[in-house]
Amino acid sequence: MDQNVDITLKVNGQSVTRRVPARTNLVDFVRYEMELTGSHVGCEHGVCGACTIRVDGQIVRGCLMLAAQADGADVETIEGLSDDGSIADLQQAFHERNAVQCGFCTPGMLLTAEELLQKNPTPSREDIREFISGNYCRCTGYQAIVDAIERVANERNA
Amino acid sequence: MKPAPFAYVRAESLDQVFDLLDEHGDDARILAGGQSLMATLNMRLSAPEILIDINHIDGLSDITSDGETLRIGALARHTQVLESADIAKMAPLISQAMPHVAHQAIRNRGTFGGSIAFADPAAELPAVSRAIGARMILQGRDGTRSVDANDFYLGLFETAMQPSEILVAVEVPGIADGERTAFLELARRSGDYAIVGIGVQGRIDGGTFSDMRLVFLGAGDRPILASAAADALNGNPHNDETVAAAQAALDADLDPMADLNGPPEMKMHLARVLTKRALTALAA
Repeated sequence: MDQNVDITLKVNGQSVTRRVPARTNLVDFVRYEMELTGSHVGCEHGVCGACTIRVDGQIVRGCLMLAAQADGADVETIEGLSDDGSIADLQQAFHERNAVQCGFCTPGMLLTAEELLQKNPTPSREDIREFISGNYCRCTGYQAIVDAIERVANERNA
Repeated sequence: MKPAPFAYVRAESLDQVFDLLDEHGDDARILAGGQSLMATLNMRLSAPEILIDINHIDGLSDITSDGETLRIGALARHTQVLESADIAKMAPLISQAMPHVAHQAIRNRGTFGGSIAFADPAAELPAVSRAIGARMILQGRDGTRSVDANDFYLGLFETAMQPSEILVAVEVPGIADGERTAFLELARRSGDYAIVGIGVQGRIDGGTFSDMRLVFLGAGDRPILASAAADALNGNPHNDETVAAAQAALDADLDPMADLNGPPEMKMHLARVLTKRALTALAA
């Protein structure tokens, strides 16, 4: 049986066609094939959220989806969202509030925070903590991250 | 880790799925949301020769209602279920449990049917299915059959599904007037699998319990319907004595195994704590 798959998808707005091993997961595809290394690989079993990628407008675990399943999909990574400026306010707030320790979780945190603010423009601190619970790693108390997301929610509503 | 190599087929019809299952048998795995399967493949706990992706088969993800019965397509994503007004109205216990099912990124991919069919004893939806009288709609080449949730879970990750069948939908009777629901669980981190959890559906009319169904997750090799605890509640008033009797009756209902979270005694203690909290929430 053929263990390779032909796929055509959009990555950050650009159409790409590749032949990949069927077992390649989406985050490895964007890192190794597209050389977009902003999406990180942590636990590889869906616990840490470092590999968070947006597929057809929704965040997913990049380690729990095959590149083969993204055939025909619209995939966006932290690089795409950085370049188009759509999360510039979140990035600025994370920077100014120093919402980082080692930074490994940060790309996933930013994508998750953006989806929260799209779904719920006026989240409570409790809502923020609940929503980012899938991106908890280990090095921060998340206080500064919650502060940064709360600030952007307030600014966007102003 | 990375999965062992496999072939991948994006199935376009159920007939194609049945053909592939016939051809490959145990060497094939159905790929729905993939939020449990992919993790087991990455950890090489499983190494199938072929994955059959059913995500692109039409008609498996609809949530419909005829006013009396809900039909939740097996491929309905958790987020879709969480945001469904029909489900909130007709099966509120599902809506109450759903925020506990993993995290947003996983709920965007994970499917209702996948969670039911995987039958993890610590998962929310299998337990809820027993409290609300759900029926599993299983389809094979020769037709469709329906299995009551109470007959569906046979053991650890084991169900009444045949290897040649797939789950296509779950049907749920709409909640009756006056029935109340509560769902609670204890987890180390929000969204993680529960250490112990409880779903309750039943009545408190004039302060007296009736039609009570209590289901526990994380307390055995499958979701457990606590019938002795329900017997201790039905026909009795909601007071400290009745709640204590239901808590004591759990000795006959539950026989939890030790796991990474702690010994059976701890789980029994937590099940009693959750029972009291759930009954308080039900009465509120």
